[in-house]
Amino acid sequence: MIKKFLYLNRKAPYGTVYALESLEVVLIGAAFDQDVSLAFIDDGVYQLTKAQNTDDIGMKNFSPTYRALGDYDVNKIFVDGGSLEERGLTVDDLLPLTYEDEDDDWAEKPSIRVVDSGELAALIDEQDVIFSF
Amino acid sequence: MALEIDGKSYETDEEGYLANLSDWTPDLCNAMAHADGTDLSDNHWEVINFLREYYEEYQIAPAVRVLTKAIGKKLGKDKGNSKYLYELFPYGPAKQACKYAGLPKPTGCV
Amino acid sequence: MATLHTVNKSPFERNALESCLRFTTPGSSVLLIEDGVVGALRNTRLAPRIAQAMENITFYALGPDIRARGLEESRIIDGIRIVDYAGFVDLTAEHDRVQAWL
Repeated sequence: MIKKFLYLNRKAPYGTVYALESLEVVLIGAAFDQDVSLAFIDDGVYQLTKAQNTDDIGMKNFSPTYRALGDYDVNKIFVDGGSLEERGLTVDDLLPLTYEDEDDDWAEKPSIRVVDSGELAALIDEQDVIFSF
Repeated sequence: MALEIDGKSYETDEEGYLANLSDWTPDLCNAMAHADGTDLSDNHWEVINFLREYYEEYQIAPAVRVLTKAIGKKLGKDKGNSKYLYELFPYGPAKQACKYAGLPKPTGCV
Repeated sequence: MATLHTVNKSPFERNALESCLRFTTPGSSVLLIEDGVVGALRNTRLAPRIAQAMENITFYALGPDIRARGLEESRIIDGIRIVDYAGFVDLTAEHDRVQAWL
């Protein structure tokens, strides 16, 4: 039976290991063919900023890996608009994540949806399992 | 652990995956394959090069399912199936090909 | 399909509680544990926000964590239910899912 899995991300990358751990669990979990959504709220939105460069902090820049999520059929990526706004960010500051829609002649479509807190609260309430990071 | 090739030593993990991506050369790749009793053909190299390009772009070694789909898209349906890939890399396409390509073991691969 | 939200950080250290309250729907429950129990105290900056949220969300706080911090149960906002570890387990079982605000 297919279950609804939500990965809820609230931490900026690099300062703690939450972001990387979450991404690894998402990639491993993708093998189980569940109905997966990712949510980025609070400082979690910083995980998706483009132009990350970790050359001088001695850590691997794992932000390019988010662009592979479409290959793993992870294409429902919800970003909290309020969290972006209070950080002075817009969707243009984020990685342009896309997936190819199998049901629409493999047309390339955006994976990121900017939503409000009400939509995210409703999303939380419809899950079978939530992974909190 | 370490891999000894032509008098030079390369650091690896306990399963023989290169510790440093930047150590990789085509010669090293051939040497790793020979050590397993495999002679690399053009078909092997297609997959190995694909993996290296994928890693360069996404910083991750793809899961077998993702690799199969992507190979099919890039090199044609006759190559984008697990039978073809397992014939080339009988120890598992992701595992064995990633090793020769100098990549870390794929995430989630046991 | 009710959700149990847990908060384990003080509202004076992290925004976990405030963020939690932004993403809860009416009928949900919030359980304050560990340093999160600080959010259950009367007369804090957060107290009016909690009072407002209590109109449609049920609040719980973990007794052992309250006592461990020397906070008497009489200082907890009226209407917040104090539970022990068995109560924590019951809450987890009664709800359809748990979201942990870390």
